[in-house]
Amino acid sequence: MNAVRTPARLGALAAVAALTLSACASADEPGEITVTDPWVKTAESGMTAAFGELTNGTDETVVLVAAASAVSTEIQLHETLSDESGGMSMSEKEGGFAIAPGETLTLEPGGNHLMLMGVTEPIEAGDIVDVTLTFEDGSTVDVTADAKDYMGAQESYAPGAEMEMGS
Amino acid sequence: MSSDATDLGRGLSRRRFLFGGAAVGAGAAVALGVDRALPPSRAAELDAAGLNGARTVAFHGAHQCGIDTPIAAHATYLGLGLRDGVDREDLARMMRVLTDDAERLMAGEGALADTEPELATVPAALTVTFGFGPQLVRRAAGSSAVPAWLGPLPAFGIDALEEQWSGGDLLIVVSSDDAVTVAHAVRMLLKDSRSFASLAWRQDGFRRAYGSEVSGTTMRNLFGQVDGTTNPEPGTAEFDQVVWATGSGDTAWLTGGTSLVLRRIRMNLDTWDEVDPTARSFAVGRRIADGAPLTGSRESDPPDFEATTAAGNTVISPVAHIARSRPVDSREVIFRRGYNYDVAPSGEGVSETGLLFASFQADVDAQFTPIQRRLDQADLLNTWTTPIGSAVFAIPPGCAPGGFVGDTLLA
Repeated sequence: MNAVRTPARLGALAAVAALTLSACASADEPGEITVTDPWVKTAESGMTAAFGELTNGTDETVVLVAAASAVSTEIQLHETLSDESGGMSMSEKEGGFAIAPGETLTLEPGGNHLMLMGVTEPIEAGDIVDVTLTFEDGSTVDVTADAKDYMGAQESYAPGAEMEMGS
Repeated sequence: MSSDATDLGRGLSRRRFLFGGAAVGAGAAVALGVDRALPPSRAAELDAAGLNGARTVAFHGAHQCGIDTPIAAHATYLGLGLRDGVDREDLARMMRVLTDDAERLMAGEGALADTEPELATVPAALTVTFGFGPQLVRRAAGSSAVPAWLGPLPAFGIDALEEQWSGGDLLIVVSSDDAVTVAHAVRMLLKDSRSFASLAWRQDGFRRAYGSEVSGTTMRNLFGQVDGTTNPEPGTAEFDQVVWATGSGDTAWLTGGTSLVLRRIRMNLDTWDEVDPTARSFAVGRRIADGAPLTGSRESDPPDFEATTAAGNTVISPVAHIARSRPVDSREVIFRRGYNYDVAPSGEGVSETGLLFASFQADVDAQFTPIQRRLDQADLLNTWTTPIGSAVFAIPPGCAPGGFVGDTLLA
């Protein structure tokens, strides 16, 4: 970590990441998937999350099925849903995130996000974290996400649950 | 006990008095003519477009914003202390993050990971300016990179400095015509500083609201004094020479930057209240009413320090503020960008008021300190003013797109 590069703007560096074809991709020419303002929540260890906006500039539906980074042992695709008790709960997105042509998938705190499991070394504010997104057809997009301190995006948040100190 | 009738009577006479005062004020405004006349009164107009709120100041450039850009109504000065162990690499990460925040916020967008991006949509000419104290520069590049003038000012006899308003490793100045915008930007920038530094002090200042008077009008401080008449004009060769620094060797990083002297000057309004207008004008060397020198008729008239009265004394006292603060050496010129402060008093006082004196100059030792030394030795205004805070910062140059503020030192 701490390998400081100087992008034009945090996050925006990855605004246009060309879709790269793997060997088994279809013969169709791909368009572009753009990733705007990617960022990752800082973490000493354990779990954290990454966010950003993925826009499908191709004329086919694409499906984000996996993500990987050297800074964590595993990245899961998470969605946030209302549970039966009226709260919000997060769970792995079965089958990945489909993005229709021209549509944008927003990964944000409290919503869909990339869950980094097993952070291998501290992610500090201002770090640049490389994340590789893999789509259903095997193609990949490389993203450089900027690390920001952020108090929200708690994996489980229950207001008042830790208020023993209070009245 | 007074009866209701007596109270009513008092109220009426009080109102008559105020009306009388207003009438005199209006007459005075007319009599002033073109210099400080007000536009004719008119009905309040709805601003359907929020035009001023949408104004933006360019972030990138050879110089940082907030120095030669138009001065905004509100400014917050933040002094931060670096955490132990924060090193050059950490400082670069910090300035990248803060630069990105500043750039986005000044454009009227939320910062990256902004929890209240809705508050960012009204920039109202927001500027964010960064400055470095000596410790930051040392940690970044060693002692040889610290400009000779970067450090505490010499001790002055008039000073009663309080640590809570002095020093600091990192300066962030946030200014905007909108106080909500300032509050949001300050919060965002401090959140993103938290891993690297902690807040040592915060000083909030204000001037007239945008649109309340003609832009460029010299401000009045809370003594009522027209303050800042002889400032160099941004965009002129004089301004460039006064303000922008040229470093060389290990201080080359400062080229295109400048220095900031920030002094918190308490103004004792209770004792100033005891001084009648003539004596106030005598202390300043300018008429309080219109800012004209005692030897002239307009604010813009150059003072004549040689002119004498029939009794043979100079019209402008040799210990008047403007006589003591004028340059002796031609280099002794500074660019001031002051703000008023007015905060809750302590004890029995009814006010805690003063000036956030802020001056930019290429070289503190050559330009600012000689003036301050003269004021320390003698200045009639010292009777009512006390510097209670003091800080000096190096203001790095601006950055180009793709760079960050401080990259000439840290990249």
